[in-house]
Formats: sequence, structure tokens, C-alpha cells
Amino acid sequence: MSNKTLRIAGVTRTFPGRGKAGPTLALQPTDMTAAPGEFIAILGPSGCGKSTLLRIVAGLDQPTAGSVTLDGAPVTAPGADRGMVFQSYTLFPWLTVAQNIRFGLQERGVPDAEQQAIAARFIARTGLKGFENHWPRQLSGGMQQRCALARALANDPEILLLDEPFGALDHQTRELMQELLLEIWEADRKTVLFVTHDIDEAIFLAKRVVVMSARPGRIKADVPIPLPYPRDWTMKTSAEFGTLKARLMGEIREEVRKAAMA
Amino acid sequence: MKPLVPVPAAARVILGVGFFAMFVGVWAAVTYSGYVPPLFLASPGQALLSGWSLLTEYGFLGDIAVTIWRVVGGFVIAAACGVPLGLLMGTFKPVEAFFEPFVSFARYLPASAFIPLLILWVGIGETQKLSLIFIGSFFQIVIMVSVIAGGTRMDLVEAAYTLGAKSRGVLRRVILPASAPLVMETLRLVLGWAWTYVIVAELIGASSGIGHMIMDSQRLLDTGQMIFGIVVIGLIGLATDFLFKALNRWLFPWAAL
Ligand SMILES: Nc1ncnc2c1ncn2[C@@H]1O[C@H](COP(=O)(O)OP(=O)(O)O)[C@@H](O)[C@H]1O
Ligand SMILES: [Mg+2]
Repeated sequence: MSNKTLRIAGVTRTFPGRGKAGPTLALQPTDMTAAPGEFIAILGPSGCGKSTLLRIVAGLDQPTAGSVTLDGAPVTAPGADRGMVFQSYTLFPWLTVAQNIRFGLQERGVPDAEQQAIAARFIARTGLKGFENHWPRQLSGGMQQRCALARALANDPEILLLDEPFGALDHQTRELMQELLLEIWEADRKTVLFVTHDIDEAIFLAKRVVVMSARPGRIKADVPIPLPYPRDWTMKTSAEFGTLKARLMGEIREEVRKAAMA
Repeated sequence: MKPLVPVPAAARVILGVGFFAMFVGVWAAVTYSGYVPPLFLASPGQALLSGWSLLTEYGFLGDIAVTIWRVVGGFVIAAACGVPLGLLMGTFKPVEAFFEPFVSFARYLPASAFIPLLILWVGIGETQKLSLIFIGSFFQIVIMVSVIAGGTRMDLVEAAYTLGAKSRGVLRRVILPASAPLVMETLRLVLGWAWTYVIVAELIGASSGIGHMIMDSQRLLDTGQMIFGIVVIGLIGLATDFLFKALNRWLFPWAAL
């Protein structure tokens, strides 16, 4: 269970121009607060600054203006309290599944026996039993992302930052992964920021969907999702789900069109 | 033939051996027919005979051992200094900015042009041979390793940061293992060049070694011995290549092969 509040206050990001190209305003001043244990989906067209926002929260990028604080303490650099799963496959190819999951624990000097116990627990929870000693290249895309999730969770972070983690997976695998993630979140109640451009995914997973506008990104709407947890896939066909989907589609269509024309 | 379609293992061996056989065949044809006189090129049989007498009567095995020792010695020193420096340069940009211009300049200096200077500085002993190999290998290793380390996948580095790693951890646990296979590949390449430097060093001012033997044979106009010496170098090169590849497979089972 997370117990810290994440505050994003006036965060802005301008990328300096290269050569003739002028600077790019990727993110307009953005404010957002994530209560402890909240599951927030960030929805927006491609190029609207979703990754930029998440990277700033992770400490991998610095805002041009504004600040990110965790229970009042400013975030300036990456740290183990904010775990991240990327869209690209980022398991360390030279480490086995179990070694990948233990990476952060080793870095923090957790005793060996404890590392093994933690790794075993997350291997079981992400359905990777029997693959502990496989190399990443021997795993399917879905398994690699499950392992990446286990690796982030093993560190017991306050906040989980997920940047389109299922974006490269096929539809069926994606749905299974969503259910797995929900199951984990329902049990652990960690604060999650989940970036996606898939409306169904956002509604199915999140307690709140933050819709971003086309570039330069800003928060355009903040839509609560009142569907009760625990959720399961049958909800995707419910009338309430349909209503929410229609509303979000309305919000996002315009932005996608703007992004496509830009 | 279709582009980029792999060839079956058996066919590969046959093709590879086939060219060797053809090469020796042409060599035999031009020498045994008398088309090229023995003064310029010994026949394969003559080269083998000369080789046999070199090995049994003139202690050529000792020369081979000395040459291998020199190559390995100079190369190991160059690698032991060059790989860490290259890794640091690739990882830390200020270090790179400091050394890179000089190293880029130094690696174009022809190593063999240093021989006269080296003889002046350190004489014609082993130090001169090792120094030449060092000069010839070190700067190449540094540049290539720094490029490899600098090309480490950024997303892996960032993943390590989000898992709580700091600079040291990133260097030791990401950049180092990520670069290792390509660094080994670089070392294999540079070892090949080191062989050419050692022979050059031995052609001038040496009293032992394969290069010295080849120089001696020229005085006697014994092309059989010269060719045997050259072939021995090729065979040793082939064997080290093979060893390096086996070592890489053993060290890096995770890399797609
Ligand atoms: N390192 C960078 N340098 C310059 N421009 C960048 C950089 N990273 C992102 N951008 C630009 O910022 C905008 C937002 O990018 P990003 O946050 O990746 O969008 P999203 O994740 O929503 O698709 C894009 O127009 C992108 O081209
Ligand atoms: Mg993105």
C-alpha cells in the first residue's frame, strides 16, 4: 500500500530546438495530484507529452518549470521509490528472469536470502514460474513485460509508472495483462500512473482517467470511473462502460484529429 | 541464391574447405608445372618439407612460442589499459572530451614508423616488440571500446536508474555487461592486427621469432621456409579466432548467436 501523495504542480517542458527547428513545447503547465493508492490512467493522442510527463515524475527528465513532489519532498532524480515499466522491452538481456527481478534489490544491498524470497514471490504473482532461469530473448513479449512489472514491483515502490507497457502486445495478450495488473493493484493498492492511448484499457483499469490534449499537451479533462473494484472483463460490455467510453471518445477524437493535422 | 538466406551447416563446411582446396590447387598447378620457378615460389610439397626441417632441425617451435608470447604480452597490456579507458570515455562524456581528440590523432600514427624511435629508446629487446604491439593496439582498442560503451541502449540505462541504480551501478551492471560481447569482438579484431605488428617488429632487429625466421630465409632464398612461416601465422590466427568465438559463446550465452 502506498501512503504518499504525488503532486505535479505547473510542470512544463520545452525541448530546445536543434539546427533550424525551433524549440518544442511538449507540455503546457500541468497540475495533477495522485492520492495514495490511486490508479490514474493518462490518455492522449500520440505525441501529446504523456511520456514526457511520466519521465519527469520518474526523474529521468527535468521540467522546464514547475515541480513534482512526493509528500512534499521534491523529486529531482530517479529513485527506487518510483518504479517504471517502459513500452520497449527493457529487461537486461544478460540477466535471467530471476536476476532481472533481483536487480533493484541487489542495488539496494538487500540480503541474499530476502532477495530470493522476494523474487520467488513476484515470479509466482506474475505467472513466470518455471521461467526463472530463462534469458529475456527466450520469452514472448507478454512474458517480458510481466517480468518487467515484477522487476519494478520487487523494489516495493511508492508509485508505479507505466508508459504504455502493453502497447507492443497483441490484443488477447494485452487483455490478460490488464487483468493481471488489476489483480496486483487490487491486492497492493499502489499509486499507479498508467499512460495509454487505448480508451478501453484506461476505463477498465483506472479509477480516474486524465485526458490530455494534442501537442502541446495539457490536461483537458479529468474523468472519474465509478466502476467498482474488483473488476473483471465482463464489465467491458456493461452499459456503464459504454457510456464512459462514449464520453472519453468524444473528448479524445477532437485531440486525435488535431494531432493528426499538426 | 536468395539474399540473406542462411546456408546449412554441412554445405558451409564444404564451401569453406572448398576454397582452401582450390587455393592450394592453383598454387600446386603454377609451381609443379614450372610456370613459376621455385626461386620465387616454392611448391606446396617443398613448403611442407622446409617446414618439417624447420621444426625438427632449427627449433622453429621455439620461434613460434616467442612470437606468440610477444603478441599475447603486448596485446594483454594494451587491452588491460585500453578497455577500462575506453569504457570510461564512452560512459563519462567529460573524460571522452579530454582524451578523444588525442586518441583519434594517435591511432592514425603508423605503428611501424615507431620502430626506429623505439630502437633508440628501448633497444632491440623484448620491450621494443611489446611497445610496438602496444602502440599499434592500444589506441584502436580505446576508440572502439568507447564507441561501444557510448552506444549502450539508453532505455536499459534508464531502467536501471528507476530501479535505484546510481552512476557506479549503471557503469558496472549495465554498460559493462551490455558492452562485453562487442568488446570481445573488438579484441579479436585487434589481436589480428597485433600479429602484423609483431612480424614487422621481428623483421627488424630480432634474433628469434617467426618474423626473424622469415627474414633469415630470405637471405638463403628459401621460399619454402618463408611460405611455411606465413602459413603458420595464418593457422595460429585461425585457431585464435576459433578460440575467441568459443569463449564468447561460453561467456555470453544470453546474446542471440
Ligand atoms: N528528447 C526530446 N527532444 C526533443 N523533442 C522531444 C524529446 N522527447 C519528446 N519530444 C517531443 O515532445 C513531444 C511529446 O513527446 P512524448 O512525451 O514522447 O509524447 P507521447 O508519449 O504522448 O507520445 C513530441 O512532439 C516529441 O517529438
Ligand atoms: Mg510515449
